[in-house]
Amino acid sequence: MLNGTTAEIKPREALRINPAKTCQPVGAMYASLGIHGCMPHSHGSQGCCAYHRSALTRHLKEPVISTTSSFTEGSSVFGGSANLNQALQNIFTIYNPDIVAVHTTCLSEVIGDDIPSIVKNAREAGKVPEGKYVIHANTPSFVGSHITGFANMTKAMVTYLAEKTGEAKDQVNVIPGFVDPTDMREIKRLAGELKANIVLFPDTSDVLDTPQTGVYEMYPKGGTTIEQLKSTGDSIATIALGHFASRPAAESLEEKFGVPASVGELPIGVTATDDFIDALRNYARVEVPASIVQERGRLLDLISDMGQYLYGKRVAIAGDPDHVISLVRFLLELNMKPVFVISGSMGNHFENRVKELLKDAVPEAKVKQNADLFELHQWIKNEPVDLLIGNTHAKFMARAENDLPFVRFGWPITDRMAHRVFPTVGYRGASRLINDIINAFLDKKDRECPEETFELVQ
Amino acid sequence: MRKVAIYGKGGIGKSTTTQNTVAGLVEAGRKVMVVGCDPKADSTRLLLGGLAQKSVLDTLRSEGEDVELEDIRKPGFCGSICVESGGPEPGVGCAGRGIITSINLLEQLGAYADSEALDYVFYDVLGDVVCGGFAMPIREGKAEEIYIVCSGEMMAMYAANNISKGILKFAQSGVVRLGGLICNSRKVDNEAEMVEAFAKKLGTQMIHFVPRDNMVQRAEINRKTVIEYDPTCNQANEYRTLAKAIEGNTNLVIPTPLSTDELEKTLMDYGLME
Repeated sequence: MLNGTTAEIKPREALRINPAKTCQPVGAMYASLGIHGCMPHSHGSQGCCAYHRSALTRHLKEPVISTTSSFTEGSSVFGGSANLNQALQNIFTIYNPDIVAVHTTCLSEVIGDDIPSIVKNAREAGKVPEGKYVIHANTPSFVGSHITGFANMTKAMVTYLAEKTGEAKDQVNVIPGFVDPTDMREIKRLAGELKANIVLFPDTSDVLDTPQTGVYEMYPKGGTTIEQLKSTGDSIATIALGHFASRPAAESLEEKFGVPASVGELPIGVTATDDFIDALRNYARVEVPASIVQERGRLLDLISDMGQYLYGKRVAIAGDPDHVISLVRFLLELNMKPVFVISGSMGNHFENRVKELLKDAVPEAKVKQNADLFELHQWIKNEPVDLLIGNTHAKFMARAENDLPFVRFGWPITDRMAHRVFPTVGYRGASRLINDIINAFLDKKDRECPEETFELVQ
Repeated sequence: MRKVAIYGKGGIGKSTTTQNTVAGLVEAGRKVMVVGCDPKADSTRLLLGGLAQKSVLDTLRSEGEDVELEDIRKPGFCGSICVESGGPEPGVGCAGRGIITSINLLEQLGAYADSEALDYVFYDVLGDVVCGGFAMPIREGKAEEIYIVCSGEMMAMYAANNISKGILKFAQSGVVRLGGLICNSRKVDNEAEMVEAFAKKLGTQMIHFVPRDNMVQRAEINRKTVIEYDPTCNQANEYRTLAKAIEGNTNLVIPTPLSTDELEKTLMDYGLME
């Protein structure tokens, strides 16, 4: 299907082919669902909302709830105030959430709807019941990506809800970034092993990975509660996992309430997980238990056992910036060579950080922000790689390149299911990633090798 | 059907000039439709004898999409046909989108159809072409002749020059042309000479010099065009002359906008002439 991709690279400015990012509201909607009892609301036309919901559902295989302002031609001329007013009244009357998280769309951003004043008027007109909350984030898709949208909505949780009572709480805020529900669950498990008291926000575990009980619940038991979000201003510190998805909310807590922000990287791989565990240990003043040390030891054992299949392998990576930065760190720990590294999102920190990581080990590496999959494919055509890591969209490249070993990683994964159950964060997550990488190599070998090298034991 | 759009700096007298000129045309037996493209919806007040028009967008909002042509057109002075696009209240929504919606709707409803047998349609557009919506009337297939209302004042000429840049952009890819400058006098020194020289530099002409006359003010207070209010006065004849000049105008050009330095030099040369 991508057989038309040429090796010759021509300068290209105004065209993106197979982009490696999507709309801000997708991230904002996902973050909103990490609040307990929250109805995400899309302020724009119905098509936006339908797309963003289905984009999430295709990855999560779960129903994704969201309401919309249902813009018409009239609303785009006269402004969306009347629609949002009516929507808030309908939402609280019909669906009765604890909180509505409004995100904007390109259309409402271009016409310049002022959400805070619309919401204020709606509240004064009695459309928002007593004790209910409405928060908002501006999420124009012509700026940033789905990661920006996640960051903006997570920051809105701080802006609208966080408080400082003056009474310090013995808890650490952890912002997980745009990771899967199972990753958020794993972060909580690790903190639990350390006996560290954390507030994880947002938290989509038990919201978007609920058990099959035969009964549909609009607001499942998971999600960070409004009380927890309020309490984040009294916490000891905030550990933000990811420069792009999590830093803005952490910095906002620091600016507003003096809660120190520790901006780290997603705990993917050995040292990135070490950093996270260490930050938790420091701020929560806890000891690292033997169980965690053993988990880490089993990961190291796996790496040393299987290193022969990984050493020196050339890898191409496409994904969201926070994910890719940590993955590059991890691949270097495995003695692999990330030679091509791209992200569809913008931000100089991505290129700077990845280049810093690679400058000694892989000085020839190509790193690019705001890139697309077509360009990555062209690089691969010119200088072949051994392994491709990316979301499901990358599988077309793998097929075009003679069944290039391919590992699904990041968002969205729409054709496999491991991400729904097995995390990629933490020491266990790292073990899973090694398993995926080794399988990709060995499955291909077993499919294609001559009988004399078809091994029983690898 | 001649398709004409009137642009110019805010407050320069576009609506007044348009309506008085249209009055001159309808008086001479032409069939003319005026489309006001300003959210204030005050482009047809003098032809209608007051702000009596329900705008296209208000109608669209209240009637939904089942709008009839007769809901949005109103007959004005001497058989003129008046339409107001309308738009949102100041500070909300998107007025530019409003004009796009409104003109599209007029087309769909057949307001420009041959069966209407219009001789002219006049678009009276908000002063500054701030976004794509306000350029809608000069897009392909809409207005083909532009007249810019200006005076000898610096900012009016500056705006006229800027509007010419917009026309240039659309003219290169389409049929829209500049028909001339209408000088609506502010009694500035050497005004006619200055605007004439400026027009020449733009590659066009000053199609008429409309003198300042309090009769215009008196007619406006009475919600009438000058031609209706006092058909025998001198100012009525000025507008008749302008209407005739437009009727006979074949000098349609792609403008050559000036650099700011050139524009300021023109002002110095004429404005400070003793």
